[in-house]
Amino acid sequence: MTETATQTRHIPDRLNSRAHSVFRSWEALLLAVAVAIFIVNSFTSPYFLNAWNLSDATFNFTEKAMIAFAMAMLIIAGEIDLSVASIIALASTAMGLAVQYGAGTTELVAIGLIVGIMCGAFNAFFVTVLGLPSIVVTIGTMSLFRGISFIILGDGAFRGYPSDFAWFGQGYVFWVITVEMVIFVILAAIYGVLLHKTNFGRAVYAIGNNPTGALFSGIRVQRVKFILFLLTGLMSGLAAICLTSRLGSTRPSIATGMELEVVTMVVLGGVNILGGSGSIPGVVIAAFVMGLVTFGLGLLNVPGIVMSIFIGLLLIGVIALPRMWSIINARRHKP
Amino acid sequence: MTESVTPVVSMDAITKTFPGVKALDSVQLDLYAGQVTALVGENGAGKSTTVKILTGIYQPDEGTIRIDGDPIRFANANAAGDAGITAIHQETVLFDELSVAENIFLGHAPRNTFGLIDSRAMHEAASKLLESIGAMFSSRTKLRDLGIANKHLVAIARALSVDARVVIMDEPTAALSHKEISELYELIETLKTQGKAILFISHKFDEIFRIADHYVVFRDGAFVDKGLIADISQDALVEMMVGRTVDHIFPEREATVASDVLKVINYGHPTEFADISFTLKAGEILGFYGLVGAGRSEFMQSLFGITRPSSGVCEINGKTCNIRSPADAIANGIVYVPEDRGKQGAIIGLPIFQNITLPSLGQTSKSGFLRLVEEFKLAREYSERLDLRAASLDQDVGNLSGGNQQKVVIAKWLATRPQVIILDEPTKGVDIGSKAAVHDFMAELAAQGLSIIMVSSEIPEIIGMSDRVIVMRDGRIEVELSDKKLSPETLVRHAAGITTTPQMAEV
Repeated sequence: MTETATQTRHIPDRLNSRAHSVFRSWEALLLAVAVAIFIVNSFTSPYFLNAWNLSDATFNFTEKAMIAFAMAMLIIAGEIDLSVASIIALASTAMGLAVQYGAGTTELVAIGLIVGIMCGAFNAFFVTVLGLPSIVVTIGTMSLFRGISFIILGDGAFRGYPSDFAWFGQGYVFWVITVEMVIFVILAAIYGVLLHKTNFGRAVYAIGNNPTGALFSGIRVQRVKFILFLLTGLMSGLAAICLTSRLGSTRPSIATGMELEVVTMVVLGGVNILGGSGSIPGVVIAAFVMGLVTFGLGLLNVPGIVMSIFIGLLLIGVIALPRMWSIINARRHKP
Repeated sequence: MTESVTPVVSMDAITKTFPGVKALDSVQLDLYAGQVTALVGENGAGKSTTVKILTGIYQPDEGTIRIDGDPIRFANANAAGDAGITAIHQETVLFDELSVAENIFLGHAPRNTFGLIDSRAMHEAASKLLESIGAMFSSRTKLRDLGIANKHLVAIARALSVDARVVIMDEPTAALSHKEISELYELIETLKTQGKAILFISHKFDEIFRIADHYVVFRDGAFVDKGLIADISQDALVEMMVGRTVDHIFPEREATVASDVLKVINYGHPTEFADISFTLKAGEILGFYGLVGAGRSEFMQSLFGITRPSSGVCEINGKTCNIRSPADAIANGIVYVPEDRGKQGAIIGLPIFQNITLPSLGQTSKSGFLRLVEEFKLAREYSERLDLRAASLDQDVGNLSGGNQQKVVIAKWLATRPQVIILDEPTKGVDIGSKAAVHDFMAELAAQGLSIIMVSSEIPEIIGMSDRVIVMRDGRIEVELSDKKLSPETLVRHAAGITTTPQMAEV
């Protein structure tokens, strides 16, 4: 080996510089979209460029984004969890029930997180131990979890949360910076590091690109997937705490339809719905884009139903754009 | 057999250029009715491009294709089909959930007066076709219920269903067992008597000499020679193909006396294999031979932790190791280079360096955090050692050729510093020049003390490379042979379960 080592050819690490690939990335394009929407909004409504209004607008996305970070990793690994909004309902109901028995804020937070994790474990069991497809399992648990909330609550609602519990959804850390915003930023950093800078994150990409190949490379595929479902459940529990705290009450219809908004955010952020690629910075920018769009349309008094048309168009546009982008790129690079 | 002066198809001075590469440079090729022409060349010689031009997928830049002496241009694949040219590819696309007849007639099924598929006519025609090629199954069988050899027959029936005059077979025997191959030979004889012109592409020289009438040699996209098989020797053909003399394909190796590294005792599985016991020494190459379905790969994957054995113990350096997953196997120094490179080997979509470091992340990372500098260092060390041809280490492994993907997979395992490396069909579909490189490399690894288990269905490779050979049949070890002068006949007899008579053993 030592004799042949002298005549080997050198292979460079990278062909393009990192700056070059960042500039050409999906995230860069999305950031431009976000800036454009910001500028358009500031021209169309005089109320847009107001610190307090902007601060209020962040509630449009912070809770969804908490779940979206975990969901992004799950989708990159080739799985999906459609039960997240129902986990919120169940976790919120459990907290509301605990309030009736005199639970304090600490207990409520613990209950919210534990119910979230347990729901995640329930999904994970069917997907990783029994090997069922996650889309089917979580469509099932989507009905199951919310169904339990309906049985417990019926037409009623839980109220009477302790006053210091309101801190999570209504509190400010300083000036216009909300508690939820701070949680969002901290989670973005944690998930960004987890996905992009750790062995665990590398395993997630490997599994998403080729689960068999990952298994044959010694990755504990089912264990990684199990953890990802737990994380998604945990984030849903956290979102349930924030949302319940903000609303101050629990109804079984809480967060209805939020799972699709979370998936929209993830896909908008450039995560491949088939798994294998995507990034946390992309999801962060997508969260801002969605927040800005709903807030801007809200300021213009656009009714909710029209807003959902906009979100739908945004999603389809976003799925079509990368394809169009790559076709254009391929044309341009043809010699 | 008809004596035809005019070839059915003739390619004359065909040139095809791709950006930066001249894939074919003024090549010629003639196919005659009722005769088999073998196209011989290394990977990259232009064989696939030739097939694609003949089947209308590519259009040549220069040169003429003639059918019965008349120049013709194929605008697309349908035009070539209409002209009676059909191809059976290495991995023909068939549909598991459809019936045999539906697979055969997909896209050109007989129609009734309403324009719907005439199921009765289709099954009748399919049965007739199947009968003509000696297939023993019904046209109503679901494809997924057939074995690989029978699927191949379906592919051939499909090719014949368009009433072809020219049949192109691109490595048809790559996935077949010994018995299935001889059935294919009979089929080719039948096709010859029906007057079909056959283009036969194969890496296996014994096959070429057995069934071909003519040969054509390409090298690096250029025409080298053509002639009658009867007029040429195997060595001369190999020499023309690689452009140099290949005196000994297999490296000379000195068997060394060393300690046992791996000991497997009584490995068993409910359905796939039973009573597997053997030892493996440091620096030894142990060959595993057997027919397709003998349970070799299933056993190896069990040893690697993919499936759990129902019984048995495995010891590494005298210590019992409990292997429940590939991660455990890797931790114990056992690694596996799978036969199915695309699915089980390389992770397409990830860059080269990430493929190589995937099982070694524990070594390159620090407390679970990635260190890219270390990763690039490790990946560079092993890619350069294996002489990987790549533009950069952050290139998607999917952009590499099959041979280079295999190098990435091997680099990935060597980077874990294993004690035992299991190679499952290491040279399947690899051309003869690269084959020798793989064999040299294996010998080098063994000389460094790495123990190698080589699963192979190629007899010359088994005989040329192994220190010892274990023959498996029906999930059990049939015999262990350590004789240096193994004969191919002995191997085949054991693999097929034919009791060797004393006289035969002498041969």
